[in-house]
Amino acid sequence: MRKKNTQNINLSESKDESRRNFVVKSSLGLFAGLLGAKMVFAENFPKDIEPIGLEESTSKSLMPGKSDKLTILSDRPWNAETPIHLLDPIATPTKHFFVRNNGNAPSNVNPEKWKLTIEGESASKKITFSLKELKSKFKHYSYHLTIECGGNSRAEFSPTTEGNQWGNGAVGCAKWTGVRLKDVLNYVGVKADAVYIGYYGADQHLLDPSKVVISRGVPIKKAMEDESLIAWAINDENLPLMNGYPLRLVIGGWPASVSGKWLTKIKIRNKVHDGEKMEGKSYRVPKYPVAPGTKVPDEDMEIIGSMPVKSLVTYPKSGAMIGKGKSFEVRGQAWAGDLSVKEVHISIDFGVTWKKCTLTTPINRFAWQQWKTRITLPEKGYYEVWARATDSNGKIQPMVVPNWNPKGYLNNACHRIAVKQL
Amino acid sequence: MGEKEDRINQLLKLARLSINFSLTLIASGILVSVLILYPPSFDKTSSIHPANVSSTEFSVDSTEIKNGIHVPSGLIADKGFELVLKTCAQCHSIEVVKQNRATKQGWKDMIVWMQKTQGLWDLGIDEVPILEYLSKNYSPKNTGRRKNLENIEWYYLKD
Repeated sequence: MRKKNTQNINLSESKDESRRNFVVKSSLGLFAGLLGAKMVFAENFPKDIEPIGLEESTSKSLMPGKSDKLTILSDRPWNAETPIHLLDPIATPTKHFFVRNNGNAPSNVNPEKWKLTIEGESASKKITFSLKELKSKFKHYSYHLTIECGGNSRAEFSPTTEGNQWGNGAVGCAKWTGVRLKDVLNYVGVKADAVYIGYYGADQHLLDPSKVVISRGVPIKKAMEDESLIAWAINDENLPLMNGYPLRLVIGGWPASVSGKWLTKIKIRNKVHDGEKMEGKSYRVPKYPVAPGTKVPDEDMEIIGSMPVKSLVTYPKSGAMIGKGKSFEVRGQAWAGDLSVKEVHISIDFGVTWKKCTLTTPINRFAWQQWKTRITLPEKGYYEVWARATDSNGKIQPMVVPNWNPKGYLNNACHRIAVKQL
Repeated sequence: MGEKEDRINQLLKLARLSINFSLTLIASGILVSVLILYPPSFDKTSSIHPANVSSTEFSVDSTEIKNGIHVPSGLIADKGFELVLKTCAQCHSIEVVKQNRATKQGWKDMIVWMQKTQGLWDLGIDEVPILEYLSKNYSPKNTGRRKNLENIEWYYLKD
């Protein structure tokens, strides 16, 4: 879908031209040809929108500032995950940080003219800040914050749940810089009846420009934590457009969808925020365990808070073949939402025996932790390295996919890589 | 399986094929009548096609179908895929369709959700063939609680 004269990240004109020039030579016969050729209810199609009609694989350079090593799940909207071995550094490189969009990024962002408005039922007043004012009025803070898409690892749920079929790479932990959300909220004034914050961004709906793409938020308590940031920088660089340039929320430990991008407005609410993707099945899971495939009424769903304990094997890359008797390092990341990780174990015998790894303490709250160990495979053959983290409350990652839920959230099953001794 | 059962299965297949064929003919007939009766509805499409080309622009070249896959989109080239391609790819990447799997009811629920919240229009008589295609070619996979690791790219680990 291309909104006339707007999206500069969309598909090129020449590609559109070639699409228009496709001719009918269907091999599927008259029936399919007829059905295929006509858009029967085209009068219901919104005006002022130019149909493209045919989607192809697109140039990855259309995501400015992002690496072509990312695995692209969708280009309209842009969604891309990080191959796991690229999550090996303590701070995820900016170009490798995953991208999850519900709509199109705003075009022609002008940071000089960017405004952030704080308002809402529980705001003492309404104040609009320019980017410059935000940067000059409030103290700057940097934190390493892990953000993970609520649907990360969705692809493993059975039966299949709808949505982007993420592998394990919709997660990252980078150094984010900005001002504390609580400093800005307190400056404006938070009334005693405040319950929630809700954000609004400048992203554009794929179809209808009047629609809000996504507007989520967190309880006021979570918003007021020291590490909840209104950020303009990742790893000391400007945010890439796809990661929210020029301004976004970064709220570690919760589904990344609470960390609103292209931030233009925050409402301090006197009730649970009811913005787009706060209700229904979005970012919500059943209040009680359900059998796989169960249809769950909306009123039996609750909003996801902290993400569960999880870990990744970032080295070696899956598929390593190792010479006889050679030892090698195995390492990775571990995180636990609002909590920290207490222990990480690995198994090379499909969970029969577990070996405790060394584990770093987090740089700050909500930063992921690094674990490592050295192993030697006992004999020739196929092995899997399984990693299993335990959080500070003693909760452990399951070895199989955890309880099914209608939208496939919160899969924290232990990560596995394949290795062979020759 | 015994020879007798094979023969019965073959006969059943033949019967199913001929029923399908008759249904196809009837449906084609209905469709042609609809096309003859209501041609003006198609003319309206020109208002949203800036190039003012005919709606046949949405069809595909058969040379682009290889091994049962429509190569440019990656869709399974089964009956109705052009309709899915031109309908769904109006608003979002066809990848969004390809990576999902659902029952007919599941796909219907997604369409209803898109109509309720995302501005998808009434698909009219297109809805049935779209649902048929999706539920047949992109049905849910049962992979159990954990499946084997797949697509492993083996390499020598240098230390």
